Amino acid sequence: MTKVLTDARSIRIKGRSFLAVVLSPDLPLDQWLERLDDLAARSAGFFLDRPVVLDVSELSIKKAELKQLIDDLAARKVRIMGIEGARPSQLTPEMPPAMKGGKPASDVEVTAQEPETEAEADVAATVSPAPQRQEAPQVRAIPQSLTIDEPVRSGQSIIFPEGDITIVGSVASGAEVIAGGSIHIYGTLRGRAMAGSIGNSNARIFCRRLEAELIAIDGIYKMAEDMDSSLRGHAVQLSLEGETIMADVLF
Amino acid sequence: MGKVIVVTSGKGGVGKTTSTAALGAALAQRNEKVAVVDFDVGLRNLDLVMGAERRVVYDLVNVINGDAKLPQALIRDKRLDTLFLLPASQTRDKDALTEEGVERVIGELKKYFDWVICDSPAGIEKGATLAMRHADVAVVVTNPEVSSVRDSDRIIGMLDSKTLKAENGERMEKHLLLTRYDSVRAERGDMLKVDDVLEILSIPLLGIIPESTDVLKASNLGAPVTLSDARSAPAQAYFEAARRLAGEIVPVTVPGEKRGIFGKLFGRKAA
Repeated sequence: MTKVLTDARSIRIKGRSFLAVVLSPDLPLDQWLERLDDLAARSAGFFLDRPVVLDVSELSIKKAELKQLIDDLAARKVRIMGIEGARPSQLTPEMPPAMKGGKPASDVEVTAQEPETEAEADVAATVSPAPQRQEAPQVRAIPQSLTIDEPVRSGQSIIFPEGDITIVGSVASGAEVIAGGSIHIYGTLRGRAMAGSIGNSNARIFCRRLEAELIAIDGIYKMAEDMDSSLRGHAVQLSLEGETIMADVLF
Repeated sequence: MGKVIVVTSGKGGVGKTTSTAALGAALAQRNEKVAVVDFDVGLRNLDLVMGAERRVVYDLVNVINGDAKLPQALIRDKRLDTLFLLPASQTRDKDALTEEGVERVIGELKKYFDWVICDSPAGIEKGATLAMRHADVAVVVTNPEVSSVRDSDRIIGMLDSKTLKAENGERMEKHLLLTRYDSVRAERGDMLKVDDVLEILSIPLLGIIPESTDVLKASNLGAPVTLSDARSAPAQAYFEAARRLAGEIVPVTVPGEKRGIFGKLFGRKAA
């Protein structure tokens, strides 16, 4: 059978991080569920429409107990999107998928409907007693960056989805650098550089000398042979304009 | 305590074994006690290059398994009493090496010798990682061509991550030994130039060994080039490299360039 290629464009697959609420139950589970009910009673609908990840890394329970826990949570209308820290033997295909590589973020505030006594405040999350006066919590992302003071060798990959990567040295042929933000290379780029890997079209790539095998910004790729040969060996800035990678020779 | 050197490259056939033997013999001629250890289990060659192939009774794997004691397996060189060889096993493979076993043998060798030089097998698998694991210093052997340089770069990355020193947060001392260098071909652009290799690998240069038939001749005679033909150009380059390893400051000369100057001088005289 002949396969008809209707569209020559390739599919763009990106990674993206979202903020989810993480529940970390502790033993005994029935008491923990009781406290959860208590929290839910004060803040009805808190878990509705919220992505919830179940962290069981501190919990030594069997497969059946984990299944029971998920069912108990489902009965409380808490939908689990993923399980963190579970052993493969604990999981069945029907359970939510295993998740890993989560990065800590600030605690999620549970807004209580009616202010209660302070003594009950030590539930899983912080309880703010006066939601009326409380303004929406200001989420100010701290710009993050990673600096590497040595050359990136062939076969190594530097992955930093949180922000920019600065490399004081060269990136060897066969090495790769993947950043959520921009990439700055104070040396020769001979390997691969992928900026804006989690969907950031404003990310750029800078290098002292361009000899790259492959560059990518926000999922748009360019191979060495597609690059303008006049750029080779020069200090170059690469940025994205629409769906095209633009290059400027610096200095 | 002696210093443990690993001679490594990633790529095969670049001159690790030749360099191990030549550096070992050069250091031993400074009256320092040297043990050269063949880690290429299953494809041993160092015994041939050292001319000791008919004297192998026990090997590294026997010592690791406890079948033989270290002094039983060590072979003293017939020409230099400060030079010893610990051969590899030819009938086994790299899986016969264990992390604890290698650690014990290296630890024991360090007590008796000033220098323990480990001849790493090619590749990045178990044999190569175990050979580099306990090293204090690495000699990265590279030919002036792109595939060798890239493989060396990969090995340098592993030296900085997979060795005990790296895991303890210390810095592994690394030196580049550029072998089979031909200045005429480098000038013509058939080979990478010294500066190109140094720019890519960015580690200090230990020495440049010129391409020479003397090296092949010495290997076939079963003698390190620094023993069989000490006055030859490659032997001189290895002697200089050994002095730099021992901490002396010796300026590196690019082979061929010196000859160029002499040629000019003689040329002028003749005219």
